[in-house]
Amino acid sequence: MLESAEASAKMRADKLSAWFGDKQALRSISLPLVERKVTAVIGPSGCGKSTFIRCLNRMHEVVAGARTAGDVLLDGKSVYGADVDPVRVRRRVGMVFQKPNPFPTMSVRDNVLAGLRLSGITPPDPDAFVEEVLGQAALWDEVKDALDRPGGALSGGQQQRLCIARCLALEPEVVLMDEPCSSLDPVATAKIEELIHDLRERYTIVVVTHSMQQAARVSDYTAFFYLGELVEYDLADVIFTKPSDPRTEDYITGRFG
Amino acid sequence: MTPELESAYSGRKLASRFATGASSVAVVLALLPLVAVFAYVVSRGARAISIPFFVEPIGERGAGMANAIVGTIQLVFLASAMGIPLGIMAGLYLAEYKATRLARAVRFSADVLAGVPSILVGVVVYAVVVVWMKQFSAFAGAAALAIVMLPLVARTTDELARAVPDSLREAALALGASRWRTALFVVLRTAAPGIRSGCLLAVARVCGETAPLLFTAYNNRFYNDSLLDPTSTLQVQIFTYTMTPNDDWHAQAWAAALVLVAIVIVLGVVARRLLDEKVPG
Repeated sequence: MLESAEASAKMRADKLSAWFGDKQALRSISLPLVERKVTAVIGPSGCGKSTFIRCLNRMHEVVAGARTAGDVLLDGKSVYGADVDPVRVRRRVGMVFQKPNPFPTMSVRDNVLAGLRLSGITPPDPDAFVEEVLGQAALWDEVKDALDRPGGALSGGQQQRLCIARCLALEPEVVLMDEPCSSLDPVATAKIEELIHDLRERYTIVVVTHSMQQAARVSDYTAFFYLGELVEYDLADVIFTKPSDPRTEDYITGRFG
Repeated sequence: MTPELESAYSGRKLASRFATGASSVAVVLALLPLVAVFAYVVSRGARAISIPFFVEPIGERGAGMANAIVGTIQLVFLASAMGIPLGIMAGLYLAEYKATRLARAVRFSADVLAGVPSILVGVVVYAVVVVWMKQFSAFAGAAALAIVMLPLVARTTDELARAVPDSLREAALALGASRWRTALFVVLRTAAPGIRSGCLLAVARVCGETAPLLFTAYNNRFYNDSLLDPTSTLQVQIFTYTMTPNDDWHAQAWAAALVLVAIVIVLGVVARRLLDEKVPG
């Protein structure tokens, strides 16, 4: 594996395994996530890629019967330590889901403020704060006249960027995205990919995707998962041009998956 | 079309017409008692209703039911204040911890409690509250009504909160919200329109409850001085007046019945409206 990636890792999975009941979904994954870079996790359906990122912010354990073994380090400290509150981990490691899920009862503005309000915080100047965060999510120009409309009234792509804004409002250090474009049309997908590209300046990003083109376009590093195992991890350029494992080559050339 | 098909087709058409006719008759038969009760209450009640009915307390000729109206309102408000918050919190617990053994036990008990004859609730509150306080009181009556409301509110909240998609819970949890804030600010808020209408239906239900009040709020010819005094209600007053041989009091009972039915209908209509109010998204 790449030594430079290990050295500049913001987060690191260390022999991470995960189960749903008796079924093992991840098998001893060790993987660095490089600071202020985009890491893509690719692989066929059911390979454990979503489970993997849900372990990174301790969302895996929310599901009944789910458990993990091994460790995840954030800035060198375990997020699974006995004294670690998962609520604090999730504020530092934000998450965007596959299906846009803005809060339907809240306006666009309130969706942006939701993360802070749910923690009992109101920013000193909410209007300026909302404008800044929506600007970061490349959504401000499209919704500045619709801030009081319900979040669910936006288009699918706008809803997803609203969810990204809602996540960025907490100023996380790492942003996890679980197939963020899989329910979006090509134009909306392009906007989100552009946004991911820009966000790399400030955040460490992990994107799960089943689209190899997307992984090739947005990521600096790429990890290929297959049947719950990490098959190969390298610079995206290397993975997509000279993969070393024949299974990776089969997958990226479309022979299975 | 071949003749065989033609005859099979006309047979089906006949069967269809018969079935439609039979279910229409069933609908009319089912609605008949409701319409009959309603029409009778309106025709008898409307004759007896008057201004004094609303402003004069219970008494002889020319008196009204003002203190009973106030009593019913007091009791229903007090019962709602006790039963609704408790029921909503319990229902939210049932929904958020739906698979735990405690939640299953509580859900089963709520279903049983909803089926307990309400007079039993009155007897229990008598034994616990009235005997302990050594007198009938509005408070005891409200407690009995709250117990009748509790399973209705809890199960409605439970059902509606469970219908809130998990993706919204995950969104809140991933934003670093604690479990209880997620339940209160996301789940409850999303399910709120339905829960509001469920609560109104529970209120409407206890507006008409008489049996639990017979041994708890009891009755009072005057306005009560405090919530710790026996209290008159429309429901119990209807019962009391109906048992007398006095024609004037019979008329008063019909008027009271009309007012009660009107309250229940208004609550039902408002509840329906709230339920139809679509949540955007």
